[in-house]
Amino acid sequence: MSSFTYQFDTPSYKGTSTVSTGLFINGKFIEPVEKGTIEVVNPVNGKIITSVAAGTAADIDNAARAARKAYKERWGLKVPGVQRGRMLSKLADLLEANADEFAALEALDVGKAFRAARNGDVSASIAALRYYAGWADKIQGKTIETNEKKLAYTRHEPVGVVGAIVPWNFPLTMLSFKLGPALAAGNAVIVKPSELTPLTALRLCPLFVEAGFPDGVINVVSGYGSTAGQALSEHMDVDKITFTGSTLTGRKIMETASKTNLKKITLELGGKSPSVIFDDVDLEQTVKWVSHGIFMNHGQACTAGSRIFVQAGIYDRFLKAFTEHASSLKVGDPFARDTYQGPQVSQTQFDRIMGYIKSGKEEGATVHIGGERHGNEGYFIQPTIFTECKSNMKIVQEEIFGPVAAIIKFATEEEAIEQANNTVYGLACSVFTRDIDRAIRVAHSIEAGTAWINCHNSSELSLPFGGYKQSGIGRELGEYALEHYTNLKAVHVNIGHRL
Amino acid sequence: MPSTFTKTFDTPAYKGTVTIPLGLYINGEFVDPVEGGTIDVVNPATGKVVTSIAAGTKADIDIAAKAAKEAYKTSWGLKVPGTQRGKLMSKLAVLMEEHIAEFAALDALANGKAYNTAYGKDNKGAIAVMEYYAGWADKISGKTIETNEKKLAYTRHEPIGVVGQIIPWNVPMFSLSLKVAPALATGNTIVLKPSEITPLSALLFCTLIEQAGFPPGVINIVNGYGSTAGQAISEHPLIEKVAFTGSTLTGRKIMEAAAKSNLKSVTLELGGKSPNVIFDDADLEQAVKWAIHGIYYNHGQNCSAGSRIFVQEGIYDKFLDQFTEQARAIKVGDPFSPDTYQGPQVSKTQFERIMGYITSGQNDGATVHLGGKQVGQEGYFIEPTIFTECQPNMKIVREEIFGPVACVIKFKTEDEVVEQANDTSYGLAASVFTKDIDRAIRVAHALEAGTAWINCSNQAEISMPFGGFKQSGIGRDLSEYALENYTNVKAVHVNIGLRL
Repeated sequence: MSSFTYQFDTPSYKGTSTVSTGLFINGKFIEPVEKGTIEVVNPVNGKIITSVAAGTAADIDNAARAARKAYKERWGLKVPGVQRGRMLSKLADLLEANADEFAALEALDVGKAFRAARNGDVSASIAALRYYAGWADKIQGKTIETNEKKLAYTRHEPVGVVGAIVPWNFPLTMLSFKLGPALAAGNAVIVKPSELTPLTALRLCPLFVEAGFPDGVINVVSGYGSTAGQALSEHMDVDKITFTGSTLTGRKIMETASKTNLKKITLELGGKSPSVIFDDVDLEQTVKWVSHGIFMNHGQACTAGSRIFVQAGIYDRFLKAFTEHASSLKVGDPFARDTYQGPQVSQTQFDRIMGYIKSGKEEGATVHIGGERHGNEGYFIQPTIFTECKSNMKIVQEEIFGPVAAIIKFATEEEAIEQANNTVYGLACSVFTRDIDRAIRVAHSIEAGTAWINCHNSSELSLPFGGYKQSGIGRELGEYALEHYTNLKAVHVNIGHRL
Repeated sequence: MPSTFTKTFDTPAYKGTVTIPLGLYINGEFVDPVEGGTIDVVNPATGKVVTSIAAGTKADIDIAAKAAKEAYKTSWGLKVPGTQRGKLMSKLAVLMEEHIAEFAALDALANGKAYNTAYGKDNKGAIAVMEYYAGWADKISGKTIETNEKKLAYTRHEPIGVVGQIIPWNVPMFSLSLKVAPALATGNTIVLKPSEITPLSALLFCTLIEQAGFPPGVINIVNGYGSTAGQAISEHPLIEKVAFTGSTLTGRKIMEAAAKSNLKSVTLELGGKSPNVIFDDADLEQAVKWAIHGIYYNHGQNCSAGSRIFVQEGIYDKFLDQFTEQARAIKVGDPFSPDTYQGPQVSKTQFERIMGYITSGQNDGATVHLGGKQVGQEGYFIEPTIFTECQPNMKIVREEIFGPVACVIKFKTEDEVVEQANDTSYGLAASVFTKDIDRAIRVAHALEAGTAWINCSNQAEISMPFGGFKQSGIGRDLSEYALENYTNVKAVHVNIGLRL
């Protein structure tokens, strides 16, 4: 079976990583039925690093069979929660033992700074696996009082076979956020990583085996969305899809589910999250949080605080400090020690973002800083700030998914809330103020699944995460995620009611 | 069109006069539909038209959705404390009780079920559901969640906003209540489309809404066809959630429409082909009675009907004899006669569908052990029917008939019957009859269904969740669990010390 070996010799990391590039089905790496491949590109220079197997419908079918067999024979409730938890803990330990290597692979594949990959992505992945390891033996139903002639209770059973379609912006992290609750609740899983960033998912496969997961419990099938992803959404023996990605694809998945076996779906989709900054803020901290809100991960975050509403009284000072801070962000090689921002993930994304920047200019917004490509190779874009934005502009309404902030001045709280809610999205928001009443009132008034007060993109594994409106359906993380990986059964035991 | 319909009932089961408005109930008023259409309501006992109601279409749903959104923003939602919402719901339950006889008469008239059933089960149940959720209204809670001491982190379970609800014809008032009640308790406003076949009781319900004290626009009821008004609800951009009970076919269309419009969340209560598994050691007398109830209640028009009856071979002959005797004794007749158990099927379409399945069973080689024919010459009455010698691949065994047709199938072992019982794309409910404690629980757990009944069948509880595995649906109705369908979870992170 083919594999890919990469030698890292960088200021941030030196080491070798070997990744099998086949499909991981039923505990082994195998060739895809249709023998296709996908090229993996290094976004720093646009060059091909390697290619991996491209799975199609036939491979998804094989994976679904393997998953179903594993679920029926050697997983599900046959394996007590405490044992499922131990395997997840072991997986977390193994990931931690190889943390630097995984961070390097993620940085190579996605283009994010090694430091961010190590301290952000990989740390969060380890933590998520550990967190859900702890839930595995704490899945509970209820006993419910009805009358004394009946024993009535609920069970929160595994759903069965779950398809997980994972995005490219936080590949390992999003995978862990899905594997954690799915496995803790006793499901078998088929993962389709993004075709842009399959390396860490593939590197994780030998760790599944070492952690003791039975064959077939976790399967990884790289492939394109329109083939492997579609096949997973259509499959009549897959009980649920969990998807993170674009709203457009989310719709297709829901439609496909409706036309096949009415499988359950959870969708984590796009956002155009507002950051609302009032006059009375701690300016220095606010600038740092707001910058983190939009420029983290090169703007490639579903919760990016991409619409920044600044109250008139503080507008000029904020803009000056924010511009200064944004200008100081180092754009460059992900493996350089002082890099904050690497390239965007692909040519397509680069073109899309540059297209939005152009549209902003054409619609009359002002490029306050940035707005151009950075350097001559790869997909680097300068941190960009637009001012003089109007609410109907594309750069204000549509998700750019790049390092582009739109700044909008406002006068009153009511106006800010109305503008903040003037969007089809509802994933997250942040409000910055020292006033306790206003902080809570505004956080509660903005229609979003997560509201941050005096911070942004400060996520917690124990809190639920997901969208209002067109930003998604369902919740990930926290105890809440478990609901989406269990089937609720009601059992009524008649112990005396006679007809 | 006339604005009201009045009927005087002079029957053994009920004597009284009922008057209902016929318009669309939007923003606290009865209005004519924009496109002026009507739908005939037929009495299934006679096949004759009783009255015509206003038929809403997309334009009316739009008006209703806007009214509901405005009401949500100004006079409902979290602006009205839970206790207050609960009080209004309790008042509504009291009013429903005051008019229970009229509700029962209207349901019996349009649906064909026995008046006594409509009174004692459907409408008593509807009132109990409204009361149950009135009690939840001020007990909606989120959590505080430990993260670290530099952050206060909590969740809120907020109302969604405007929810769309589409209800079926088989238990009209009970369906209406179990949809409306959790939605109101959690602070949502509603656009509801009753079934066009059984709209009358919903129209009576509209007359109580303002009386109970609900602000205009909180509950809007728009009659109409599924393909127009129902489709419009599924697509409407202001409606952020749709809840549907009905056929699997329509459920798919609703989910597709939601995917293509505003990705509204969807809960579906769909069809079933629920197995009833009877072991040798069952209390035979009780098993027979429960099996009769499981398939013939509501004329088999029951999503959780125990329509595949698996009987272990040791008890098969005795069971079949007793089951046949009791099925034969079922009184089929006028819904307004006090001793009627089974009235007509709800419509000509349903009648023909069921008769079609009976023919298919015969063609496929199953034996009509009992029944199989129409009763009488008018209306849509069908004899309680039993098929034996059924094979798993027959249509009558695989597809939902939704009529008084039982398939009785012999089995040997527990493993065999669990496999056969699970061999279906449905997963709504299941029953198992045995006195053996281990086997009872083991089998109940092994059957892939959202509800498992042990030594009983089709005995729902308001405090227990109800809903489907597999293609029987998404989400749960009833109990505390239903509240989740009607809330949006918001996570709030308050930074009280984390500095960058």
